[in-house]
Amino acid sequence: MSTLLEVSGVSVTFDGYRAIRNLSFQIGEAEMRAIIGPNGAGKTTFMDIVTGKTKPDEGRVIWGEKSVNLLRMNEARIAQIGIGRKFQRPTVFEDQTVYANLLMAVKNKRSPFSVLVYRPDFKDRGRVEELASEIGLQDELSRKSGELSHGQKQWLEIGMLLAQEPRLLLVDEPAAGMTLAEREHTTDLLVEAAKTRAVVVVEHDMEFVRRLNCKVTVLHEGSVLAEGSLDHVTKNQEVIDVYLGR
Amino acid sequence: MRRSFIFRNPSVLIFLAALAIFTLAITLLSEAYGTAFISTSFVKTLGKTLCLCLIAIAMDLVWGYCGILSLGHFAFFGLGGYMVGMWLMYARTELIVAQSMANAAIPPTEQEIVDAIGTQIFGVVGSSEFPAVWAFADSFALQMLLVILVPGILALVFGWLAFRSRVTGVYLSILTQAMTLALSLYLFQNESGLRGNNGLSGLQNLPGVQASQAFVSVWFLWASALALGLGYLFAAWIVSGKFGSVIRGIRDDEARVRFLGYSVEGYKLFIFTVTAIIAGIAGALYYPQAGIINPGEIAPIASIYLAVWVAIGGRGRLYGAVIGAAVVSLVSTWFTGGMVPSVNLGFYRIDWVDWWLVLLGLSFVLVTLLAPKGIGGLFDLITDRLAPNRHGSDYGPDKGSLQEGEGRG
Repeated sequence: MSTLLEVSGVSVTFDGYRAIRNLSFQIGEAEMRAIIGPNGAGKTTFMDIVTGKTKPDEGRVIWGEKSVNLLRMNEARIAQIGIGRKFQRPTVFEDQTVYANLLMAVKNKRSPFSVLVYRPDFKDRGRVEELASEIGLQDELSRKSGELSHGQKQWLEIGMLLAQEPRLLLVDEPAAGMTLAEREHTTDLLVEAAKTRAVVVVEHDMEFVRRLNCKVTVLHEGSVLAEGSLDHVTKNQEVIDVYLGR
Repeated sequence: MRRSFIFRNPSVLIFLAALAIFTLAITLLSEAYGTAFISTSFVKTLGKTLCLCLIAIAMDLVWGYCGILSLGHFAFFGLGGYMVGMWLMYARTELIVAQSMANAAIPPTEQEIVDAIGTQIFGVVGSSEFPAVWAFADSFALQMLLVILVPGILALVFGWLAFRSRVTGVYLSILTQAMTLALSLYLFQNESGLRGNNGLSGLQNLPGVQASQAFVSVWFLWASALALGLGYLFAAWIVSGKFGSVIRGIRDDEARVRFLGYSVEGYKLFIFTVTAIIAGIAGALYYPQAGIINPGEIAPIASIYLAVWVAIGGRGRLYGAVIGAAVVSLVSTWFTGGMVPSVNLGFYRIDWVDWWLVLLGLSFVLVTLLAPKGIGGLFDLITDRLAPNRHGSDYGPDKGSLQEGEGRG
């Protein structure tokens, strides 16, 4: 399996606090990976680095077959080449309809001029409807997304992520604040997505991670503490000490 | 496509119909083409108001839809006015000079005519040389092109510098204020080549036109109405499609838009430049009706008024901006024109010419607090659309995002 994203030797300091220390991480295509770790372990900062929001002090972030350097690109460019991100809190455009939210995310040209003259064709409308039924919102297309329940907003955001057709999905705590049934649906969505692309899930909830049934990376104080199956890392004494043992 | 656009935006059709009826009514009541019920000066006031409505649409696009609180759009308005004013002044002075020199024993050379025009125009600032900025003033076509290019290029350069550095929120507002202040101060100098604080005057006289002001005022009313109608249509087209979705997304949560792969800076720059051009066109139609333009017109306060109009009218809906600009500027004319009787309290006389600004400020605060949707929100009462209860939260994390009360169901 070829490597899709390679992060090596990355460090970041915020006001003297080293949020990420010499972090290295790899993920291949069509792979699911869970990242766990206590608060302040650097999970969100890691996503910020990959998506271009934060520039690291040192290290390399290499993407795809052509080994492009992601550190040279801005957020929009990184999103365009195929990295999608879901935030911890559901962030959808609350003043706009579910349809408009999804249509905005559907993969198409992103430059102002082409968007200005763009009118949705049959194919794109079909794609939006298909996505909406995938995330269970087919009957809510004309509703403002601000009216949706918390769980529905989370799915809408996942739907928007899928609409971008990214090759790598970064998902930050997708199950936070969801009911049990909603969690199951979310798991299904992510597992389905991971069949065709790489998915990185940051999660606190061990039960949720267990259900994803994938390789796990444990972060602690900004670097990788352990990596392997969930059973493997939960047996690791260091992991137990810093995270599970409490 | 056309049909569905109107269908999706019924307010466009209603607005255009109302504008057409208004223009027709004023024409029929004017001195030139009708019953002379309305004075020429009031026709000019109405024509100018239409231009202010046009720049309010530009402001609504940039602030109400894209969330950029620009407090500098009157600079572009003024620049548009200066550009058209240069041609008007040059062409008219040229006619006068040519006429007075025609009777001379020796026919004047071209250079003599140009020198005489220079003396006429720049005599007030103690000069007779044409500065470089007047290079195209003799050509109508080129100068009209500058109406679009000068505000457009200034906005493009300013916007590129500001947005590229990711200046947002109140800091951007301050920058735009600094820009308009700097421009105004520069134009106040005689060396700016635009006659310093004298500004450009006599703009109401169209060169080569013999018709009286009664006719000219109605023509400008028509032109302003046409520009407003086209501007409204254009703005409605911009905000109706996916582009509208993207800029509203930028208003509410620009980081999210970025992670969808849209270059937020590019969109902001686009909308900032386009609205600057609209503002320039509005100014180019306004100042021939006002007759005079001077650097005081682009003082920072003018751009702040613009934001107040849009806020009072209702941000984020095009007709709201138009209504706000029309109502507030007409009421302002009424109050400051000394037409409102003073209130005598016995111990103090409330003179509205002085107290109007207090009243305006108060109504701005009250609208913001009590009716965030502005006057335009009254239409939601008819269509029975109520703002959703969001338990006090805004529509997005950004400073310019729609507030709870501004939303529509």
